[in-house]
Amino acid sequence: MTLQQAKFEYLLRLGDSSLIIGHRLSEWCGHGPILEEDIALINIALDFVGNATSILAYAAQVEGKERTEDDLAYMRNERDYRNLLLTEQPNGDYATTIARQFLYDVYTFFLYEELKKSKDDTIAAIATKSHKEITYHLRHTTEWMYRLGDGTEESHQRLQNALNDLWMFTGDLFDMDEVDALLIKEGIAPDLEKIKEAWEKHVKEVIIEATLQMPATTIKQTGSREGRHTEHLGYLIAEMQYIPRSYPNTKW
Amino acid sequence: MNISTYSKEQLLSLISEIPDPEIPVINIIELGILRDVNWDGTLCTVTITPTYSGCPAMKMIENDIKIKLKEIGINNTHVELVYSPAWTTDWINDAAKEKLRAYGIAPPEYISFDKRILTGKQREVKCPRCDSKTTEMISQFGSTACKALYRCIDCKEPFDYFKCI
Repeated sequence: MTLQQAKFEYLLRLGDSSLIIGHRLSEWCGHGPILEEDIALINIALDFVGNATSILAYAAQVEGKERTEDDLAYMRNERDYRNLLLTEQPNGDYATTIARQFLYDVYTFFLYEELKKSKDDTIAAIATKSHKEITYHLRHTTEWMYRLGDGTEESHQRLQNALNDLWMFTGDLFDMDEVDALLIKEGIAPDLEKIKEAWEKHVKEVIIEATLQMPATTIKQTGSREGRHTEHLGYLIAEMQYIPRSYPNTKW
Repeated sequence: MNISTYSKEQLLSLISEIPDPEIPVINIIELGILRDVNWDGTLCTVTITPTYSGCPAMKMIENDIKIKLKEIGINNTHVELVYSPAWTTDWINDAAKEKLRAYGIAPPEYISFDKRILTGKQREVKCPRCDSKTTEMISQFGSTACKALYRCIDCKEPFDYFKCI
């Protein structure tokens, strides 16, 4: 594997995760439990889609096959997608959305903190920009973890169920292969083992503070690195890609 | 006038007439979005940076710049989007902050942002209408990506706060 191939693959992992979780959040538009939350989730969705746009544009440039960020977003099938399994999980109830976002926000908070130091200038610049936004995302989900976890009996139970259900997808966050090995060596990407330590510590602190229990699930499903997804991604992509596939090259 | 002789100052002064699409009381130079202008006599390269990664106003700002330059005969403009150095509220100067306040948006109160936002500790934000310091945050996310939603306990008015980033 060449450095160029590894970089392209890595950028797809970052960009696809942002795009898919951004799209998931956008599904809340007009359906939020209260107006302020509706607005908050859509603002966060916008940050993710903005991040995906800049990362996928760079991926297309690295690939050098004259594709654009839109080609990458709208003209690939699910097996070509490299987003984390966690990001494609359905919104469910509000506790499920908050649990998914919280687990992912802690991950991106520590990951992007390291990517700011990447030896690839473009990745470092995008990460510096995004990390400021991620800090706000994490604060938002952390507050909701406390509010729901330490809230009513029902909100507590719903959040606990959501954490238990989503826990099996957290192993996938830290899966590494030859792409990571090559980029770690070049100082472009961080070692996910280190991110995992920081992630586990922070997640546990918040879960305990929110009066919740750490999930006991030990089964971990992986596969996003090879494009092996859960059944949910295909449906999401079908909806997301409908317009550009049906009316190619349409302009506003 | 021969268009090839425009100076950087002339171009900057012209571009300073372009307001931010969502906060029309301040222009894109005051907001710190415009980073550079270069005119070599045939091509004008304008460098801009987004406030937030997904700021939907960037495309509109790009078009506004092209239209503005066309007015003085520059038809060949390339608008480049850069991410580094990352935009920060520190680039909004005091005069622009005062314009924001007069418009009803509480300006960013502090230097950049700090990790206190992770622990949930809130900082004092003054009401742009009655100057009261007794205000509370309703939501960290407001009408646009760069603003949070606050409420004044004294005059009861809700208001936008330009959040520090």
